Amino acid sequence: MTVLETIAPVLATGMFEWAWLMIAIPALGAALLLLGGSALDKVGPPVAVGAVLASFAMAAYLFGQQLLSPVGERAVSVPLYEWIATPTWSVQAGLLIDPLSILFALLITGVGALIHIYSLGYMAHDERKRRFFAYLNLFIAAMLILVLADSYLVLFVGWEGVGLASYLLIGFWQHKPSAAAAAKKAFVMNRVGDLGMTMAVMAMLALFGSSAFEAVNHGIGQAGPFWPTLIGLLLLVGACGKSAQVPLQAWLLDAMEGPTPVSALIHAATMVTAGVYLVVRSHAIFELSTTASTAVVVVGTVTLLAGAWIGTSKDDIKKVLAGSTMSQIGYMILAAGLGPAGYAFAIFHLLTHGFFKANMFLGAGSVMHGMNDDVNMRHYGALAKAMPYTFWTFAMGYLAIIGVPPLAGYFSKDHIIEAAFGRSALIGSLALLGAGVTAFYMTRLMLMTFLGEKRWQEGVHPHESPKTMTVPLILLAALSVVSGVAMNGWIQGWLEPATGAHPHEISWVPTPVGWATMAVVAVGVAVGWLLFGRRPIPESAPASSNPFTIVGRNDLFGDAVNDTLVVKPTMLLADGVVATDQRAIDAGADGLADIVQGLSSRGRQLQTGQVRRYALGLTMGVVGIGVVMILSQLA
Amino acid sequence: MSTENLLILAAIIFTIGAIGVMVRRNALVIFMSVEMMLNSANLAMVAFALAWGGLEGQVASFFVMVVAAAEVVVGLSIIMIIFRTRRSTSVDAASLLKL
Repeated sequence: MTVLETIAPVLATGMFEWAWLMIAIPALGAALLLLGGSALDKVGPPVAVGAVLASFAMAAYLFGQQLLSPVGERAVSVPLYEWIATPTWSVQAGLLIDPLSILFALLITGVGALIHIYSLGYMAHDERKRRFFAYLNLFIAAMLILVLADSYLVLFVGWEGVGLASYLLIGFWQHKPSAAAAAKKAFVMNRVGDLGMTMAVMAMLALFGSSAFEAVNHGIGQAGPFWPTLIGLLLLVGACGKSAQVPLQAWLLDAMEGPTPVSALIHAATMVTAGVYLVVRSHAIFELSTTASTAVVVVGTVTLLAGAWIGTSKDDIKKVLAGSTMSQIGYMILAAGLGPAGYAFAIFHLLTHGFFKANMFLGAGSVMHGMNDDVNMRHYGALAKAMPYTFWTFAMGYLAIIGVPPLAGYFSKDHIIEAAFGRSALIGSLALLGAGVTAFYMTRLMLMTFLGEKRWQEGVHPHESPKTMTVPLILLAALSVVSGVAMNGWIQGWLEPATGAHPHEISWVPTPVGWATMAVVAVGVAVGWLLFGRRPIPESAPASSNPFTIVGRNDLFGDAVNDTLVVKPTMLLADGVVATDQRAIDAGADGLADIVQGLSSRGRQLQTGQVRRYALGLTMGVVGIGVVMILSQLA
Repeated sequence: MSTENLLILAAIIFTIGAIGVMVRRNALVIFMSVEMMLNSANLAMVAFALAWGGLEGQVASFFVMVVAAAEVVVGLSIIMIIFRTRRSTSVDAASLLKL
């Protein structure tokens, strides 16, 4: 098999024909919970958990089937029905279950099921629990449509579906104005990305008459040099919106207004990685355009540093993790932009990140649960004793993300850094720097939250969370530990049918780059300890004149940039339109009316109401007519 | 009595009536003036009928008299109502029809 060659899918047989059930079950669950009304308040949440577990069982079974089948038959197409039919062309809706999409299906349903179970405990006292679980099920269904689709158009349905679920769940606590605003912000910024997606899909339909992956991959090679670049850049815009990459990153930090399980599932483990999936899935397009793939690399590198920078200066535990998510997805996007060397690593890091970041977000949720929903890390401290399960599971996530061998992040991130060095020394060094900063901010988070002195507010009594919350944490922590070792030697070969063969060999023992990464990480941890481990931490953030801190605390002025570049010009334009309307168009119409009114008020003065004057007018008129008649007789 | 003199008399009466309509304020006087104008027209028609030896002018003058009688009925009742509500028959006071 040569580089880039992907296998043609075979027609589904057996259980694969029923693969749509994976999507249908959670979709049905969502419909049932939403339409069922308050009668389902009690049984609804467990039903939702059951739906996701059923989906997971289905995905696991299909995954097992694929493991057993020969490589050439691992991509299975499941045609469903004719979606749009016109005399000239038609759109078929169908699923594609190949090694790439089945991994996603496992991640989404697996982590999704754990987070559903966790939510049983976390949302136990919420009045609108049923609705919450309905939205979660809706999200699972939409995300599965996204990854299992066999064409960009069907993918776009899922793409919008997860956007809707994200909007509903960020704004779940809609009584908080900040949550409602954050939901709107996420929705609007995602629309910008969606614009890129729609234009890309329309270009594909115009060029190839179809948006199916097979047709596009086949056709793009003959489309000339311009189209791959354009479609690639448009897809990148879509990926930036969904995956919170610079310059469309500002919504992700605000998205933390949603309940913590939502942040873990949607805004860390699954939905925000859809951009990575999109780029990897469209590799045939990006291969053909150096411009587009370089743009992907630049976006990834900038975001991995920007996210890390934000992570270093936030005091809100969820926002640190959100910055970290941005940064890690930056790594994935970077890997996806590196070409055949990076696709498998992007997906590898995506999976391990899905485990350890979901683990840490749920851990943060557990901490908030014990701290009366306080998110400020300056009010934490010394929680390791009070919450042992949370602490130890979080510690596994911590070690995994900073890349301590042999935990998950070590393998997946090191491969990306190494592949980046393979591209250029500059990109590699920046990725290396990002790893150091990651180690620094995660150490800071650990020290401020779990170690050091107690800085608890009055009336706060930290306690360990219930079993429904700690069991998912333990499972995810275990996955954070073992998933790297488990997949390291396997994932490249597994993904070969979907992403093409790879020229990059993985290694088990640290390479020179691996040693350098570990050294940088050690420095990051040491700096973190020096700054936050040895000294007591003030309870309110000290005023800082350090420009790095100020910029970081303000989310790199992302909102200000958007305001200046987009909002203000738009407002100016709107003001201009209003002014034109009022001063030119309205003034014209009003002026005409004024003229008519002026003339008529002059004319009105003729009507004095004095009968004698009317009589005079009448007489004069008759006399006038008489004179004219006499004169005409004379003439 | 020549037709010409009759016409001159009719014109004089008509002019008096027209001026009366235009300058007097009392509605009753204006009414009387209108009657003068109508009767001057009758006079002119009768004079022409005499001159031409036809009957049309005389018949027409009868019509005018009938119409004038009807007009008096309606007009006088209006004036009565105006007088009842306003205690005046001045036409200048009844200027509500202006905007």
